[in-house]
Amino acid sequence: MKQYAYYPGCSLESLGKDYHLSALAVSAELGVELKELKDWNCCGATAYFPVDELLAYTLVSRNLAIAEKTGLQDFVAPCSACYKNAYTTNKYLKSDPDLAEHINYALEEDNLQVEGRMRVRHLIEVFLEDIGLEEIEKKVSNPLKGLRVAPYYGCQIVRPRKDKEDVENPQFFENLLSAIGAEPIVYAVKTRCCGSSLIITNRKAALDMVRILLQEAVNHNADVIATTCPMCNVNLEVYQSQVNQEFGTNFSIPVMYFTQLMGMALGIEPKRIGVGASMLSLAHSAAS
Amino acid sequence: MAVELSFSKEIENIMYASHGKPIKDCLQCGTCSGSCPAIEFMDNSPREVIGMIGANLKEEVLASNTYWTCASCYQCSVRCPAGIDIADMMYALKRYSMWKGQYQEGLIGPAFSESFVKMIVNSGRSFEPILAATYLPKYSAQDILREGLTATGLVLSGKMPLLPKKVKRLKNFQRMVRKIIPIGETK
Repeated sequence: MKQYAYYPGCSLESLGKDYHLSALAVSAELGVELKELKDWNCCGATAYFPVDELLAYTLVSRNLAIAEKTGLQDFVAPCSACYKNAYTTNKYLKSDPDLAEHINYALEEDNLQVEGRMRVRHLIEVFLEDIGLEEIEKKVSNPLKGLRVAPYYGCQIVRPRKDKEDVENPQFFENLLSAIGAEPIVYAVKTRCCGSSLIITNRKAALDMVRILLQEAVNHNADVIATTCPMCNVNLEVYQSQVNQEFGTNFSIPVMYFTQLMGMALGIEPKRIGVGASMLSLAHSAAS
Repeated sequence: MAVELSFSKEIENIMYASHGKPIKDCLQCGTCSGSCPAIEFMDNSPREVIGMIGANLKEEVLASNTYWTCASCYQCSVRCPAGIDIADMMYALKRYSMWKGQYQEGLIGPAFSESFVKMIVNSGRSFEPILAATYLPKYSAQDILREGLTATGLVLSGKMPLLPKKVKRLKNFQRMVRKIIPIGETK
């Protein structure tokens, strides 16, 4: 089993607990061994950068340094914001020796040094690239036939551009959903922002941004919205009732992590992927 | 002789690690504004803000809610035909406004960012209930009630832990932070 340095991030210990559970269960099923980093710290999400950029990069670098010490090659994050922060920091460490020097000066205090040599990846990339669609398809015992899924990419998994990926109309999420037997819907707002932390700092704006996403998914008869980020998942799921209060709408569409859908398709026991009875009946009614 | 920097130069200087093109390359095409999902809630469009920076309208820019309404989704940055990292520029404006203590009254963003950083410096981890204490006082009574109900639901469903976590090597961690910003003693 190939081993990966795993950085869960703060959300996966609280609001994103189901993501953590399902990520671990699905990985194990696919032969991906996630080794959680020892004593990691918060990556800062989008809240450090407005205060001090160098501090923001240093905090992210501490996690990268801990990962480098393990001798593993890949740094894997399931949260899009953690992934984006780790990816860009790792890149700047390599391209900006002055930045790296400043950071290493601070890291000395925790007996760490960083080079920027990890390969930073989102969990979904590991499944797609290292395991591959064909292999995943082979392991599906319970294809999610007839389940109409809205693949919601959100922002930071595709933006800013990391490599040569398609930032306007990516397809990898749809491909994964097809491989587990589901039916990905085609809708225009799949990479439109969910509002992220505006849900706290500008509630009105964020609720409106969430409303647009829910409306589009419903308009295209999606049974469920699938996410790749705990922040997106919280905004779309937990704040759905507040959207309804604010706009007089009546949304009640389930929101699930892609790992939960994969877990269902792979036949993993529901409680190991944080899936409740209501979700299961949804899958069964869609399938019948 | 001391030379007074233009506002545009000052902002570029705080875009420390950004590898985008300079703000002055802006064509004023408006692709950023057309791509922004939060534009409806901004006092000025992103295109206007870039124009205002170029025109040295520092007070007007700082008084605008635009940069604190940016959700950092990078849609503008990936589409800008002039290659300017506009989302990063919004971060630079946030930093500038925090540094000068000059921003529109009533915004929650600055207080939220500040408490977030304080929380991390104290514990190394983020924890939602501690954060809530910093932004709830600014909410209306109705919003507090709604938020309270949402949070109670989360605790009851087991999604919200009641105790925060900390990094284990906290002393080292805090010394590391203090090498970057001289924050004085943390408790």
